[in-house]
Amino acid sequence: MKKLINGVDNVVDEMLNGMTAAFPEYIERVPGTDVVARTGAKKTDKVVLISGGGSGHEPAHGGYVGKGMLDAAVAGAVFTSPTPDQVYEAIKATECGKGALLIIKNYTGDVMNFEMAADMAADEDITVDKVVVADDVAVENSTWTTGRRGIAGTVFVHKIAGACAETGADLPEVKRVAEKVIANVRSMGMAVAPCTVPAVGKPGFDLAEDEVEIGIGIHGEPGTHREKISPVNDIVDHLVGKILDEGIYAEGDEVAVMVNGMGGTPLSELFIANLRVKEILDGKGIKIAKTVVGNYMTSLDMEGFSVTLLKLDDELKGYLNAPADTPAYKEV
Amino acid sequence: MASKVYECISKIADIIIENKDFLTELDREIGDADHGINMARGYTEALGQLPQDESDIGAVLKKAGMVLLSKVGGASGPLYGTAYMKAAKAAAGKTELTVQDGKDILDAIIGGIKQRGKAERGEKTMLDAIIPGYEAYCAAADAGKDLAECLDAMCAAAAEGVEYTKTIIATKGRASYLGERSIGHQDPGATSSLLTMEAIRDWVRAL
Repeated sequence: MKKLINGVDNVVDEMLNGMTAAFPEYIERVPGTDVVARTGAKKTDKVVLISGGGSGHEPAHGGYVGKGMLDAAVAGAVFTSPTPDQVYEAIKATECGKGALLIIKNYTGDVMNFEMAADMAADEDITVDKVVVADDVAVENSTWTTGRRGIAGTVFVHKIAGACAETGADLPEVKRVAEKVIANVRSMGMAVAPCTVPAVGKPGFDLAEDEVEIGIGIHGEPGTHREKISPVNDIVDHLVGKILDEGIYAEGDEVAVMVNGMGGTPLSELFIANLRVKEILDGKGIKIAKTVVGNYMTSLDMEGFSVTLLKLDDELKGYLNAPADTPAYKEV
Repeated sequence: MASKVYECISKIADIIIENKDFLTELDREIGDADHGINMARGYTEALGQLPQDESDIGAVLKKAGMVLLSKVGGASGPLYGTAYMKAAKAAAGKTELTVQDGKDILDAIIGGIKQRGKAERGEKTMLDAIIPGYEAYCAAADAGKDLAECLDAMCAAAAEGVEYTKTIIATKGRASYLGERSIGHQDPGATSSLLTMEAIRDWVRAL
């Protein structure tokens, strides 16, 4: 394993300190915790939005802390959910009387740890509610599993619910908007090469030189199948096809598109993928209102990408285009 | 002198730490290869943080729950943390436990895990060891057996429960993504639950 680290035990700590050092005007670390909060938190009279999860998905979630998006992000160990006490610290550090909304990606550990934190906050009479993002269409038979995983679509939830919270809306209203995004967002990813968790020291799975895994999760969970690598257009056709099969996007609809890099894929390739996404949607008469291309929800050094489509209505579009100013996502 | 409850939790910690690699290996097959590592980290921390001379069983169990909750992470942290906290509530203020207390504690633990994990028996989880263990414990208790005999019955049934997890598909947790590929593998969480129950039994037997 070749990694630019100083030691496997320091990865999260040094990453958080380096991140806040890079963006002191946006974010600061809550002392004694693995929580990143808006600089000068607790000064805004609004519903606070808190997300988080295992580390290794940077810029998620600390990079989305800032005006118009999150109020705090909680970082667990690499690919391991943060513990309830840490989430509770995030709530305590930021909540200012209007309640907190927890945005959770659908993994067993994340859901349980965030729910326990909500229980702890409720014991202190802090109003907390939650939404669970489950946008990964690669998980089939979701009745028989823990359900679909939360992946890159989570960033749109941060953006839109964040804009809603910024207007001064109350907690039920912010939750309603977040759930509307969740109902209308779908994603699917793939990997060309696996990622290596620093503490493990070897790749999470093996792929042959000419093989790709379709439907991969952001921790390297198994996808739908493996196949020989083909031109990226064919891969995009498959991913977008699975998303469109959901039946929620129709001719005449407006969507937001995210082509998200897994961490080890160059932007040039993401742009090529994006071109194909546009061709497909143009062909279906689906209008693209907004496109974002880049590394938004990564999987350490995994090579690959995911495609996310969010169906918009006037309300969601308004919030999507509202101002946001965070280290990793800006809308002017 | 260390309290009895501290000694008992130390015994559990020793067994879990001893089986760190075994549990991690089971998890590598159907999960994400960290169960033993996470549990050992939690119990190592618990050994250092638990009050050695506190005799209120509920208080020590509660502290153990808090430590596991804040140090284990993943799904096991909340589940074992909840189990200890529920046990703590059932044992609050007690300095000794009767056979009936054991029943109440197990019942509280099962309720807590079901609620936290939104799981039922038969989903290839720790409940598949604990629920049969509880039932066997109750049957032995109702037949007038003493505590050690009840714990023997509990462990025997829990061990069968772990074997049973090899035959079923996981529908909860990360193993659920594997579908039928999870058959043939024993559940790591059910296994760590069995190890915990056996550690308690062995500790009681050695009294």
